Order: sequence, then structure tokens, then C-alpha cells
Amino acid sequence: MDSFFRSEEMCLVQLFFQTESAHNCINELGHLGLVQFKDLNPGTVAFQRRFVKEVKKCEEMERILRFLENEVVKSNIPIPADFTSETIPVPRDVLDLESRFDKLEQELKEINSNRDTLRQNFTQLMEINHLLFVAGVIKHERFPAFEKILWRLFHGNFVLRHAEIKPHEEENMAEDPVKKDVFVVFVQGDQIRGKIRKLCDGFHASMYPCPNNAYARKEMRTNANTRIEDLRLVLKRTEEFRETTLTAAAANLQEWTSKVKKMKAIYYTLNLCNIDITQKLIVAEIWCPVSDLNSVHTALIHGSEQSGSSLSPVVNRIQTQQTPPTFNRVNSFTTGFQSIIDAYGVGNYQEINPAPYTMVTFPFLFAVMFGDCGHGLVMTLLALWLILHQEHFRKLKNELIDMLVDGRYIIFLMGLFSIYTGLIYNDCFSKSFNVFGSSWSVRPMFHPHGPNDTLHDSGHLHLDPLVSGVYSGNPYPFGVDPIWNIASNKLSFLNSYKMKMSVIMGVAHMLFGVTLSLVNYIFFRNLKDVALQFIPEVIFMLSLFGYLIFLILYKWCVVMKSESAPSILLLFINMMLFDYSSEGTVLYRTQKPVQIFLVVVAVLMVPWLLFAKPLLLYRKHKYHTLEFLSSHCRNMADIFVYQGIHTIEYCLGCISNTASYLRLWALSLAHAELSEVLWKMVLQVALRVTSGMGSVLLAVTFAAFAVLTVTILLVMEGLSAFLHALRLHWVEFQNKFYKGSGYKFTPLSFDRMRDMQ
Amino acid sequence: MVSCLFCGPKLAACGIVISIWGVIMLAMLGIFFTTHSAVLIEDVPFKEEDMHNDQEPPHSIYKLYNQVGYNCFIAAGIYVLVAALSFCQIKLNHRKEYMVR
Repeated sequence: MDSFFRSEEMCLVQLFFQTESAHNCINELGHLGLVQFKDLNPGTVAFQRRFVKEVKKCEEMERILRFLENEVVKSNIPIPADFTSETIPVPRDVLDLESRFDKLEQELKEINSNRDTLRQNFTQLMEINHLLFVAGVIKHERFPAFEKILWRLFHGNFVLRHAEIKPHEEENMAEDPVKKDVFVVFVQGDQIRGKIRKLCDGFHASMYPCPNNAYARKEMRTNANTRIEDLRLVLKRTEEFRETTLTAAAANLQEWTSKVKKMKAIYYTLNLCNIDITQKLIVAEIWCPVSDLNSVHTALIHGSEQSGSSLSPVVNRIQTQQTPPTFNRVNSFTTGFQSIIDAYGVGNYQEINPAPYTMVTFPFLFAVMFGDCGHGLVMTLLALWLILHQEHFRKLKNELIDMLVDGRYIIFLMGLFSIYTGLIYNDCFSKSFNVFGSSWSVRPMFHPHGPNDTLHDSGHLHLDPLVSGVYSGNPYPFGVDPIWNIASNKLSFLNSYKMKMSVIMGVAHMLFGVTLSLVNYIFFRNLKDVALQFIPEVIFMLSLFGYLIFLILYKWCVVMKSESAPSILLLFINMMLFDYSSEGTVLYRTQKPVQIFLVVVAVLMVPWLLFAKPLLLYRKHKYHTLEFLSSHCRNMADIFVYQGIHTIEYCLGCISNTASYLRLWALSLAHAELSEVLWKMVLQVALRVTSGMGSVLLAVTFAAFAVLTVTILLVMEGLSAFLHALRLHWVEFQNKFYKGSGYKFTPLSFDRMRDMQ
Repeated sequence: MVSCLFCGPKLAACGIVISIWGVIMLAMLGIFFTTHSAVLIEDVPFKEEDMHNDQEPPHSIYKLYNQVGYNCFIAAGIYVLVAALSFCQIKLNHRKEYMVR
């Protein structure tokens, strides 16, 4: 079963089922989650489809459910989780639920509005309780000034009411009828009363204590108090009633939401199907994996039995020229890797799937750039914690944390591989482990017959491996020798090693990609392309970059004096320029003819790639013009241009992609240096203090060291290495074989809908 | 003891993680210092006089190594206390959650 190495074989199937059993059948298929419905009415707009009314009804119900959920959450009523998930929604359920929801909504709205009015009354009464007022009479023309001063004094914190006194005939005893206003001022606070009194004196307004009103005021106050008590009772009862209604609703909330969602999905799916003339039969076309045809058939029979219809649905597989969707069966471990591949491009139908190889190469390339076993250990433990507590993290519903949880297995593998590369680089929080005993020894430089008697002249001691005893002859068994950690030319050695290693890994990765394209050609029975594209590509890459790797490995294996060893870079440049004039620039005897041969072969591959395929197509075009015109009505110029672009892209790409793999060296250098700086600047400061408080300072400094390690080295460097490893996969690896222009298989699946909400 | 709770659940969790890391790493550093590992030579604060005025050559350097090692062990001990404190805070936080419910 090679179901993960390439996408699954899909078939187009026609389904015929009766209208009565439609709901049950689609419900069963939704629970199965293996079937993608094709749109059989592609020309119709959304509001022209047959079941558009039902979909609108479902959306209205969803709106009511959301409103209910808001109210429930606002009142802090817990929503119990729903465990009855297998109830099948039937059309008459729709009407039933609809009426229930409408009723509930009406009730709740009424309760809410009543409660709001009651609350308003309540607040009004409470306010009246706190209010004091002053009453009096003032001359009419003085009133505006009075009002203005009141405004200025109290900044509007008062209520002023005035009315003209209509003079009666009998009262007009004075010489001039003076127009007077009666006013009432409502304020808060006793001090203000004093101020108003002074103000009224200033305006010659007479204040009246309103003796009648004093008694009436007291009565009013008792009145207000009783009303307040009544209102309080009524409000309490309203709240209780609201809470009981909401709790009753909350008990079913989850069940109703899932039911409505399912119904909406079913109606949406029914919109995609065809209904025949007699209105009794529904025709649907689905994409389905070939290996799952049996389960689809059983599900349909089950559905039609449940609806009580006599005829079982008909499943009819049809042949088609259309491209099926790409379906990769994944489990919870592989889904992370598949999603990072699909993020760049979903594979073509039945094209080879890079995901199984990515599961190893991606964490490995990450680890080459991250290479520190201490940080790798912390990362592994963090990933382990995520894996073990993933339910708890998913409940937090934070986007960032969701992303971390989805990638927990990727992070776990990245951490494990980083521990491995950290052991090889011999780097743990920037210090090395000396497990096996270093192969270098300093003492033989002085004793018994070493060249140096004293170190007083220079600050550096040059350990010369030619002096006997300095280098034991056996290299350190696993990883980099720990003496390099305290050597001052550590970087020259490690840089040379890491650069060459990056080039070797890059060329190996790309060769692997080109080999995968061979597998693709064989699967699609495209043997022509094997000879026209694969062979020249491989020969080009092997003759130039394969030879470069050979030079690197040869120079590592052969013993030579470092002062006279030829530089591989110069060798390679001279090889391309056919320049063999300089002295002593050979690594081995027959180097010159071998190199000339390889360069000539590589150059010959370019016209093979460029012209062979288009010329063959041109010949076929000329000899079979009639049959060809119908199916390959392309311009010949287009074919030549396309092949030219492909050739240039491949050949120049070989060079630039090989150089691009040098980022493996660059990032691992950056990580090692950051790690060393963090140790030297933070922890070493505290370690070097040996006085009394040294241990307390060390404890505090260690906390700072830990926080900085996690934020800078784990998060920032981790993200950076992740990104670069991903780019190496997407661009340098996949452009050798992956087309990535398919479309993803999106089955009707109620589980996926529930997970997405 | 009215309320010994002075940090929330997240701070206590951070505290216990850093303390466990600190205990393990500082204890291992202490072991490596007391076994006079050569890789840690730059972390030992020796001066010129220690190297020249030494009666028995490596012993003064070894003494400095041991001092730094003991400092590491004491710091590891401090972190054991911090771990215990954070653990208590976590337990108190859990109890508070249950009581409020």
C-alpha cells in the first residue's frame, strides 16, 4: 500500500437515491467524511438553487443560537458539553426547532426589555431619594442671569425648572406689575444648599421652604422607598425567571448548534445535486477514494434503511477525463508535515508526495542549523509537554498556541535531531563534553623534547601535530574534539568543516530530488522524459557538483601538509576556466584529463536538455499533422521557449541552489556564536565571583540566563532555522521534481466542521 | 497566615520550570567544576600570581575550581528552595480555584 508515497487513487461515482432518504444518506456520508460532492449546477447563482430557503432558515436559526449563547455566557451560566452527537436531523425537525427557537427568542427579548425598564425605574427612584431641592420666587428679568450663574457655579450638576406667575387681578396691588417666575432647583448635597441660598440672596430671590411640601416631601420619600422595595422584589423575580429559562436553553445549546450546522451542511450539499423530473430521485456526483468505495456503499445502505425507504441507493462508478482532487491519508503524526508541504502547493493528482521524506530531512536540516544538545534537550522537553497536554492547550483557543500544538510532533523531532547534531558539534550551551579523552595533548610540546621552553614571548601556543605525542593519531571517536572549544582558531577549523558539510548535504538533497522525478516519470509511463530530461539533468549535476563532493572527500581523507594543500575553491574555478598553468595544483595524478572530460560532458548536456525534446516533438508534429492539430494545437515556438526556460532554470539553479545550502553553515555559526556570547556575558560574570555572595549572584544570573536562552536562542533562532529549513525544502529540493498544482480533497465531514468552530 | 498566595498560576509555573532547570544544570556545573574539567578554564577567575607563585603547580588553580564548584552547589540549593516555594504556590492556586467554584 503506497498510499502515503503518492496521493490516493480517486474515482468519480454517481449516486442515485430517493428524495425521502436523501437526508439520512447525506448524514451518513457526512459522518464517514470520505466523500467530496461535485457541483452539478455550476451555472446557477446562490439564490437560484433549489434549497435556498432551507439554507436561509438554518442561517436564521444559527443567528438565534448565537444570540442565546451570548446571553448565556453574559449571565455566567456554564454550558454543559454535548455527548449525544449521533442524532439525525430530519426535515420535520427543522420546523420543530424553528418554532422552538422563535419562541425562545421572543421570550428572551421580552424578559430582557422588561428587565431593562424595571432597572431604569429602579435607578430613577434611587436617584430621587438622593435628591434635595430648593424652591423660590424671583423677578422675571433676573432669571436668565440667575440661571447662568447657577451653570457656572455647579457646572450643570443641577436641574432648574421655572414658570411664569400669571398675575391675578386682585394681587395686583403694587404700582407696577412686576413679572415674576417661580423656580425649583434640584441639587445634590447639603453644602450646595448654602451656596444657593447665598445666590438667591444676591439676586433678591425669595426662597420658600414650602411648608406644605415638607410634609408632602416626606410622604413622597416614604412612597419612593416602598416602591423601591417592590421594584427590588420584582427585579429579583425577573432575574430568576431569566436564569431558569437560560439554563434550560443552555442544556440543549450544544446539541442544537451541531444539529443546525449539520442541517445547513446537508441542504448545502443537496443544492449541489441534481433533482430529476419526477422529483423522486436525486443524482449526485462524488469524488471518493477507490479503497473506500465499499464503506461509502454500506453507509448509503444504512442511511436508506434508517429513512425506511424500500429502494437502496445506486452507486455507479464512471470514467472521466477531469483531474481528481489530491487526497493524502494522514494520521495525527503525519498531518503536521503534510500541511507544511501543502502550504506551498498541493501536489498534482498521484504525483509523488514529498511528505514522508520531509519527516526526516526537515528536522535534520533544522538540526544542522540549530546544533546544540542543551537547547535541543529543552526543545524536546517542551514538545513532550505539548504532546502530553494537548487537550488542555487546545481549550485555550489562542491562535499562536493552536499553531504550536498543531506542530508538536515536528517540534519534538526537531529537538531530538538537535540533540544528535549537538553531540556531533560537541556543543552544549556553548561548552564541549570530553567523554572519550581528547586526541590532542599539550605537554609533549614542552617535554621531553618539544620545541618551546617558555611561553613568555607570545600569548598563543601553536600545537604542532608533527611533534610526536601532540596528536595521538586516533581521531576523537564521536564528534568534534573538545580541545577545539578552547582553541583560539576554533572558527577557522569549524567554518571550513561546516561549509564543506553544507555543500555535501545540499548536493545530496538535490540529487535525491532529481531521483524522485525519475520515479514520477516511471509511474506516469513517461519513459521518453527519462531519456530526454532525467539523464542529462543527472549527468550535469554529477559531473560538476558530484565531482566537487569527490574533491572535498578526497582532500579530507588524504594526508598532506596544510601549507601546501591546494584550495578546492581555486581548483574548481580553474577547472571551469581550463586553467592548468599554476604549479602544484593537483590533488592526484590524473586530475587534468579527468577534469577536462567532466567539464566537456557537462557542457554537452546543456544542448541535449535544450533541444532534444522540442525537436522530437517538432518531428512528431510534422509527420502527424492531422491527428496532432486537434490535441496539440500549440505553437512550436512555445515549446522551444518553455524548454529553454526549464534548461536555464535547472542549470543555473544547480549552481545557485548549491550556494544556497551554505545557509546551513551560516545559521549554525550564528547560533554557536550567540550561545557563546550569552554564556560569556551573562553566566561567566557570576561564575567568576568567588567572594561570599557569589552563589546568590549566580542564582539570580542563572534565571536571567535561562530567560534569555529561551527567548533569543530557542524562540528566535528556532523560528529562523525553521524558516530556512522550510525554504530549502520548498525551493531547492522541490523544484527538482514537484509540480504542486493540484487541488486538495475536501470531503463533507461533520468532524472537521466541529473541529473548525 | 492570611494569604500566602502572592503569585498567579502562570508565574508559579514559570518559577517551577526555571527552578528545576536551575537545579539540574547548576548541580551538573558544580560536578564539572569540582572534577576540574579543562573546558571550563575560562570561567575560573585565576590571576597571574596564582600561576607563578604556586608551590605545587596545579593546586591553587584546583582550589579556585573547587570554590566555583561549591558556589554552583549552593546556587542549586537556593533553587531547590525556590522550587519548593513555587510548588506550594501552585497547590494554593489549585485550592483557591476549587473553593471559588
